[in-house]
Amino acid sequence: MIARIRRGGLPYLLLLPALALELLIHLVPMVIGIAMSFKRLTQEYIGNWGAAPWAGLDNFRLAVDFDAPAGRALLHSFAVTCAFTVLAVGLAWLLGVTAAILMQDTFRGRGLLRALFLTPYALPVYTAVITWSFLLQRDNGLVNHVLHDQLGITDSPTFWLVGDNSFTALVITSVWRTWPFAFLMLTAALQNIPRESYEAAQLDGAGIRRQIRHITLPALRPVNQVLVLVLFLWTFNDFNVPYVLFGKAAPEAADLISIHIYQASFETWNFGSGSAMSVLLLLFLLVVTAVYLLVTGRGRRGGHG
Amino acid sequence: MRRFRMAAAAALTTALTAALATGCGGGNAPGDTAGNGNPKELTYWATNQGSSVEADKKVLAPELKKFERRTGIKVHLEVVPWATLLDRILAAASSGQGPDVLNIGNTWSASLQKSGALLPFDGKTFAEVGGKERFASAPLAATGARGKDPAAVPLYSLTYALYYNKAMFREAGIEQPPTTWAELVADGKKLTRGGKYGLAVEGGNPVENAHHAFVFGKQHGADFFDAAGKPTFDRPANVAAVKQYVDLLANDRIAAPGNAEYAQNQSVRDFATGKAGMLLWQAARTSLLAHGMKPDEYGVAPVPFRSADASGRRNVNSMVAGINIGVFKNTDNLDGALKFVKFMTSTDEQNVLTTKYGSLSPVLAAQKHAPRTPDEAVLREVLAKSAEPLPQVPDEAQFETLVGGAMKELFADAAAGKKITTADVRARLTAAQQQMQK
Repeated sequence: MIARIRRGGLPYLLLLPALALELLIHLVPMVIGIAMSFKRLTQEYIGNWGAAPWAGLDNFRLAVDFDAPAGRALLHSFAVTCAFTVLAVGLAWLLGVTAAILMQDTFRGRGLLRALFLTPYALPVYTAVITWSFLLQRDNGLVNHVLHDQLGITDSPTFWLVGDNSFTALVITSVWRTWPFAFLMLTAALQNIPRESYEAAQLDGAGIRRQIRHITLPALRPVNQVLVLVLFLWTFNDFNVPYVLFGKAAPEAADLISIHIYQASFETWNFGSGSAMSVLLLLFLLVVTAVYLLVTGRGRRGGHG
Repeated sequence: MRRFRMAAAAALTTALTAALATGCGGGNAPGDTAGNGNPKELTYWATNQGSSVEADKKVLAPELKKFERRTGIKVHLEVVPWATLLDRILAAASSGQGPDVLNIGNTWSASLQKSGALLPFDGKTFAEVGGKERFASAPLAATGARGKDPAAVPLYSLTYALYYNKAMFREAGIEQPPTTWAELVADGKKLTRGGKYGLAVEGGNPVENAHHAFVFGKQHGADFFDAAGKPTFDRPANVAAVKQYVDLLANDRIAAPGNAEYAQNQSVRDFATGKAGMLLWQAARTSLLAHGMKPDEYGVAPVPFRSADASGRRNVNSMVAGINIGVFKNTDNLDGALKFVKFMTSTDEQNVLTTKYGSLSPVLAAQKHAPRTPDEAVLREVLAKSAEPLPQVPDEAQFETLVGGAMKELFADAAAGKKITTADVRARLTAAQQQMQK
């Protein structure tokens, strides 16, 4: 009897360290973050935030009151972030998959090109993005030098870092940073597709386009499922790129939610309100991720019959 | 199997998104009493005052050695870049793990005072570091809310001044630096030709914008906070004040459109390289020199007023900019920390440090010598006669972020060719005011 309990208990014992770390690293800070969102945590209580008064749902009410400016600003920021994420993830994936397929066959210089493609991913974020911010300056930037001075495409130099174009600037910089990751993952995934499938398809008279549609893309499906999810979460939460590109005050057109929350808590010393927004964001991402996994998972089972 | 998959999906979802809510986690209640458990050491956070962090270390190292020789206390120095200082202080305040002595921007005094993270300088504590009467009144007013014990002691003071390019003024036939805004605009128009502009502004930097909004507001007889500390951003006088500043680029067109995105001191570079004839800046001497502009190539004058006979509460042409030195409340070397504050604000040290940094001393006894540079004479007079501290209210940081940010958007609109009307300015300021939570 005891022996059986021992045998049955061992796996749980082995799980214990992992469980403790999981609690310490993920759950406890999360619970603290959630607790903070119910508090009126301003600079007054920062030294001892246990003493901050409970605010009930006030912080949340403020965040989702879309008739009031704070709520409207959050909604605007949310919309900007969604548009940005869809565009940035879509383009990064498209570039990644195109490059991976083009690099599939061996040719001279393939290794060099692959290394070159991966450079943006290897560079530290700060270095890479600060370089972009120099390139995108209106008066001295290389981008305007080429577009305006050399090619004469624009009538006057364009503002990339303030005003509406800042959104485009942000998407370009973000895609440039993330697509090598998509490329890397997909390159690895392509190695698993047997060459015979392509040869068989060629014998049956399938062109490149049909080969990609009927062999490559279905085979990449499991990798894509995870890749798109990870890209989505990274891009949606990206803080470094907009922060380095625009500084603490992002232009309205590129007011990503991570920067917005940073502003709402650190710049204005209102940590309760910032936490409430973070919690709402967490809930949104949980829902999106869960729905995504369920939908794509079901589709895959159906696909395999 | 299906249930397992669901559980796995849920676990994956949670794990993937978990990192999010942890943004502002952590923080245990610090022991909030000062002690003397560690009397031989101090940690000092200095802000970045010179041209680089390394330069600051070189300036401060010999002074810290001097302090060590006199008191036997070793000071561990960390120079914190300005951009990250506030975040570092907030982190230190929430964790209780901070330095013993630190620099703060004097505009944060009231906010940090309310946080209770710093040792209040009550009468007795202030007497230990030399007494209030050693300091000039304007910097002393920027140490916390009125009627409360100061959160820190003034260390360096600065004011804004008008820097002008002598050669460009001569070429344009301008004999005197402008004393009113009307004159400045007229001079600016004379200077604006052939790709050069009259004035360089740092339009993409919310903090700079907010400082100018404050001064223009004062000159229009308005404040951004009422006596009770409530925001009054969209009062007509404040709207007019903000519009007048933005109009320098939008309507008067004496600043280059590109200035709208300047946020990394490019306006100083433009002035130093002769792309713009005037600049409103604090103690620009060292940065101008770093860009190759020698002190005899530019003149320094007080920032203009609306009219030549501005008086009373409209007689303001600069904020009291500067750095205060404070003691972290849970220091383990209270006596040493106070000794160090006294040392840094002593007349001798003030003479050494302000000479190296090109700033003004808030200590009266250190202002007695003849001005070392022409700009010091001007800055000193402005500090004594027409500088006021930014509102010493706990929400001051929000004012800088929101009003300065609104002005950044206005500059961007103007630079993109949109016309800026009073209604546009009011709408932006109303939105900013409504975002002041509570």
